[in-house]
Amino acid sequence: MPFYRNIAAKIALLPMIVISLTVFVGCIIYSFVYSLTNSKLVPVMNYVGFDQYERLFKQRKWDVAVENIFIYGFVFTIGCLIIGFLLAVLIDQKIRGESLFRTIFLYPYAMSFVVTGLVWKWVLNPTFGLENSMHMWGMTWFELDWLVNRDLAIYAVCIAAVWQGAGFVMVLMLAGLRGIDEDIWKSLSIEGVAKWKSYIFVILPMLRPMVVTAIVLIAAGVVKVYDLILALTSGGPGYATTTPAMYVMENFFSRANLGQAFAASIIMFISVVCILAPWAFYEFYLRNKYANN
Amino acid sequence: MKKFFSILLTIFVPLSFTNASKAAGHMEAEVIHWWTSGGEQAAISEFAKAWEEMGNTWIDTAITGGDNARGTTVNRIIGGNPPTAAQFNVSKQFVDLVEQGLLQSLEEVASAEGWRDFIYPPELIETCEFEGEFYCVPVNIHSWQWMWINNDVYKQVGLPVPQTFEEFLAGAPKIQEAGIIPLALGGQGWQESGMFDVVASSIMGFPLMQSIYRDKDLDAFRDGRFESVLNTYRELNQFTDEGSPGRLWNDTTAMVIEGKAAMQVMGDWARGEFAVAGQEAMVDYSCVIPGKEKYVALGGDVFVFPKNDDPKVKDAQLAMASMMVNPTVQAKFNNAKGSLPMRLDVDTSAADACMQMGLDLIQNPDAIMRESDDWNTPAFTAAWGDIISEFRNDPNYTVAQVMDDLEGVLTSGL
Repeated sequence: MPFYRNIAAKIALLPMIVISLTVFVGCIIYSFVYSLTNSKLVPVMNYVGFDQYERLFKQRKWDVAVENIFIYGFVFTIGCLIIGFLLAVLIDQKIRGESLFRTIFLYPYAMSFVVTGLVWKWVLNPTFGLENSMHMWGMTWFELDWLVNRDLAIYAVCIAAVWQGAGFVMVLMLAGLRGIDEDIWKSLSIEGVAKWKSYIFVILPMLRPMVVTAIVLIAAGVVKVYDLILALTSGGPGYATTTPAMYVMENFFSRANLGQAFAASIIMFISVVCILAPWAFYEFYLRNKYANN
Repeated sequence: MKKFFSILLTIFVPLSFTNASKAAGHMEAEVIHWWTSGGEQAAISEFAKAWEEMGNTWIDTAITGGDNARGTTVNRIIGGNPPTAAQFNVSKQFVDLVEQGLLQSLEEVASAEGWRDFIYPPELIETCEFEGEFYCVPVNIHSWQWMWINNDVYKQVGLPVPQTFEEFLAGAPKIQEAGIIPLALGGQGWQESGMFDVVASSIMGFPLMQSIYRDKDLDAFRDGRFESVLNTYRELNQFTDEGSPGRLWNDTTAMVIEGKAAMQVMGDWARGEFAVAGQEAMVDYSCVIPGKEKYVALGGDVFVFPKNDDPKVKDAQLAMASMMVNPTVQAKFNNAKGSLPMRLDVDTSAADACMQMGLDLIQNPDAIMRESDDWNTPAFTAAWGDIISEFRNDPNYTVAQVMDDLEGVLTSGL
């Protein structure tokens, strides 16, 4: 493709390109350069090689953070998809008061993660939340200590996140379901296919674009999760629910350990690139190649 | 068009004149701090009042949370828009700013007023002095070394008020049987490691603590006494409740006030909560400095003054520094804050029984104890605190493992 084609459009895009290059690429380079220094409160050019990275990988806390982001990413994505799809299917059964249910299920999405975090903090708190209420109603066998149990706390975070995100997936899926041609349903019922089978084996594959959209939108929120955890557990008990983003922020602000924060953010950046690169390669290179052939 | 410009001129010229005339002889100061609770606000407004009585303007930039406030200060200094004054703790938090030459030296006013003669205890001078010049103003002393105890609870179970952690541990099962939480602890990192240091100083004493925290002496660290501190700390944690993780310190103090819990280890700022609840020191509640040897830790707050190109700002900074150490202002400020003043010639007649205890103790130089962050960077204390917090929360984290990990921090050069 010759360079001068669509030259006007290219000129129009120039400011954006410049901004992306200076802000994004510039900041990444800046972060990398200073991750090789022992900067504490203020950035100083005091080269120490890869010491910060070495220290980072020795941190028990960083291991916990990385493990948590995988658990959170997996449970949150799958949970939202399954619950969102189920809700969409249920609402699709031509029920009464559909718009009311739709509003109720989508409502959590309108809230900030901080509000969600605080609400669930109260619900899940064993001394004055749901567990306490159940005990007062005489059901003393009831136990719900996820938030204060270091092995389960990250799942409590997932519950709150799914509660917020599932309604959004539901709306996406519902829009997809509404786009399915009536004729397909008619032919399915003539063939005598059970309803659940038709949903899973026929309708779901037809919703592929919706599923992909939902996954992309959810995944973008996974890497940067910070506010929800800060409001819900502040990374505790101990540091059982800390995440890489929290680790970076902590070292940036409260710990006056800039070098370490830069190193951690570069590692975060590299891991995102590692996940995105194969996909981008496929999307922008292979697909074009096959399309051109 | 001409008319338009003349209108603009008529609007803006007088405005700029008034601004200029206002600035002469009158100083403006923006102060960043994190004192946002009721008692804290009353304290900072004593500074503001004194400043305004001098005919100046006080611009109050209160930011919730010390971390956030300090982060804002550093960002604004680096971004080229520094505040006139900013709060830090008595610690190494602002050393980098001094080393990078970003702070205004206060030596001019400090030597003129003889700060070195009246600042007490002299350890506070060390915090502020770099290469023979003053770079910060200590304004108060806060100590972590306190157990806050509900007297009714101990009366109810028929035990005397404990004076050491050992006595507390001995009585704790009986309190638990009575359906009361023996130890109220808020499960946030700073509360967990704060309590740890109190346990440490009361069990192994300040000299040993100093050789570990300051001198990084591994022999002292490994001589067995530190391990016994860890063991005691773990024992204490059996007596907390499951609602502990993430609980705020003042909610935790409220549990002691209401008699839901027997004891909390917290700094002297907790006294404000008891006072607000209308309780009387040594009658409704006891404040105990645990251990055979009693220490008062030198925590507290300082103000630093970032360098500014504008000479008028420097004048304001020196004037404010001098105001903050003024004995009258110190008395008003510390009475509102509930902290100890940074000089001895201050009127403290309004002090209650607990504060009086601190005042008596601080006169004895041997009872003065430093905190880890007086010697160590925030990165060091945070890494240390992470391990303590994890030790508290993970029962599978053995003392031997913790010792190795802490040694790793000691030798890390952070």
